Amino acid sequence: MALLRAILVRLLTTAITLFGVAVIVFVVIRVVPGNPIAMMLPPGATEADIARLQMQYGFDKSIFEQFTIWLSGVVQGDFGTSISLRQPVSLLVLNRLPATLELSIVALLIAVLIGGTMALVGTRFRDTGAEGAIDMGAGMALSIPDFLWGLVLILLFGVLWPVFHISGRISPSLDIDFTTNFYLFEALFRLRFDVLADLIGHMFMPAVALAIPLAAIIAQLLKQSLKETMHLDYVTLARTKGYAERTVITREALPNAILPTLTLVGVQFTFLIGGTVIIERLFSYEGLGNMAIDAVINRDLPLIQGIVILFALIFTLVNLVVDMMYVVLNPRLRHA
Amino acid sequence: MSGYLNIRNLSVSLRGGGPILRSVTLDVAAGQVHGLVGESGAGKSMIGKAVLGTLPRALQITAGEIWLDGQDLLKLSPGQRRHRIGATTALIPQDPLTALNPSRRIGPQITRRLVDILGWTKAAAEARALELLAEVDIPDPRRVMRTYPHELSGGMRQRILIASAFAAEPKLIIADEPTTALDVTVQKQILRLIAEMQARHGTALLFVTHDLGVVSKVCDSLSVLYAGKIVENARMRRFFMHPIHPYSAALLAATPTYTNPQGSLMPVPESVIETVEQEVTAHDRRWGRR
Ligand SMILES: Nc1ncnc2c1ncn2[C@@H]1O[C@H](COP(=O)(O)OP(=O)(O)O)[C@@H](O)[C@H]1O
Ligand SMILES: [Mg+2]
Repeated sequence: MALLRAILVRLLTTAITLFGVAVIVFVVIRVVPGNPIAMMLPPGATEADIARLQMQYGFDKSIFEQFTIWLSGVVQGDFGTSISLRQPVSLLVLNRLPATLELSIVALLIAVLIGGTMALVGTRFRDTGAEGAIDMGAGMALSIPDFLWGLVLILLFGVLWPVFHISGRISPSLDIDFTTNFYLFEALFRLRFDVLADLIGHMFMPAVALAIPLAAIIAQLLKQSLKETMHLDYVTLARTKGYAERTVITREALPNAILPTLTLVGVQFTFLIGGTVIIERLFSYEGLGNMAIDAVINRDLPLIQGIVILFALIFTLVNLVVDMMYVVLNPRLRHA
Repeated sequence: MSGYLNIRNLSVSLRGGGPILRSVTLDVAAGQVHGLVGESGAGKSMIGKAVLGTLPRALQITAGEIWLDGQDLLKLSPGQRRHRIGATTALIPQDPLTALNPSRRIGPQITRRLVDILGWTKAAAEARALELLAEVDIPDPRRVMRTYPHELSGGMRQRILIASAFAAEPKLIIADEPTTALDVTVQKQILRLIAEMQARHGTALLFVTHDLGVVSKVCDSLSVLYAGKIVENARMRRFFMHPIHPYSAALLAATPTYTNPQGSLMPVPESVIETVEQEVTAHDRRWGRR
């Protein structure tokens, strides 16, 4: 019963959050200067042409009226039609979503792998030069934003030692007939390793650029948490049982040290997803973020609204997953 | 040198700081119970940690020998030493609430080391754990093996830790104030349980406590520690009939007879404190503040 209540409360707060986001976006993109209709018409269009289109898209009505019309469409699954691309927003957005999800998830996996390893190594060699080097590396990784890491990577692996693709998501020659837009997962599932290699070659640099700051945060937070856990009695007791330091860290300390870092990593992951907007642009990666920038340039109001709502939905889902993992990993909550 | 554990002139100090243990010498005979008494902060736990190899990083052993079954532990490599301790020695910790891993079930916390370190089969380890849990009067051991620590009371957890300590039939157990963190009502039961288990298994026991009344109940011999210095090593009966050192005598006088195991230490007279402090200073002057 308590669980059901918690889920209901959660759904309600999610709905309220999304509604708030919708209101803010709706108002903000209408008060900033820039006319979507003017952008789509050729130069020299008459006032009458503009007025006709304004009416067709409903921009002649008050913001409040526009919002109620938009909202009544949304509750039926209709997010309107993109002005610049002339297709339903929901279709455009859902077609691009898999690309961004794949990029974010791969970046997260890289960050967890690198950051986790650094934290474990730093704990194993705590209070030595190795820990100092890890702290220094993490500090450096954090003082440079993800898109600058992107540029550094382009210089390294695109120019100096060109082993990875600089732009795009897949080489056109390899574009097998995908049934879904989850290219990476589908190629893996269909065991098309040639395609997989090509996809990874494209994804490597944007994913690593996104992963570096998060890896640094994970390294620092998890190492701190591990070091504190290493002083606890049950860890000492495990040591007296004859376990090597390495085993004591991974088996006794790690499962408990993960918990306090989990929430923060969840928050940082939403930042990473936000970072895809610029990174996708930088690497001409065909994802949601890249589309968002085009939408803003074109003042494509329905499309901007759709993308922002989707990002907001992803953020709430990430938080939900983090909360659920917290319960699953913590036996004290599991039984409550 | 007789006995299972022989500590010889063990000195421990803070890295770049003053002494914590001052030339400690004590023996624990095989199958016997040796009490280690001293007020809080005297260094009792550090003696245990030095033996087990779990001294805090801020502390270091500066001199001495720790002989375990005829082998000086300090001459072994860290790996050899860890293995030797793991195979022969166990710890009953002070606080059962913090000594069990909160995210693992009770069962594996007892059985894993039997499998990993001592090479038992999983089935044998589980049978052994059930047997030991029954021996320490845990009701429904099969169910308890599947619970998490937070589902159990402090007394239950200490019973589990005792079962775990005896599971591999160690030759030596170090019990560091095993009842201090418990409710007064369960203290007596746990104390009796440890004594019974020790007698039944014939394990040598280094019993750390600040309570002389408890020592009188369970120990064959004892050491009195003050400020990291052994004030007196004695057989039990001789100590209670005829304590040699004035500090020992003062401790005895301050303990409300050993018919009352709940009795706690009363203040030791100023003059006696002065005497021991002088001895400690003399020791430091002779050996340097290492
Ligand atoms: N991690 C540590 N770093 C520095 N000093 C410590 C540390 N742990 C204990 N000490 C010092 O060692 C001395 C002995 O402590 P301990 O053996 O725990 O006393 P007790 O006899 O109460 O068990 C105390 O004076 C304490 O301040
Ligand atoms: Mg202590």
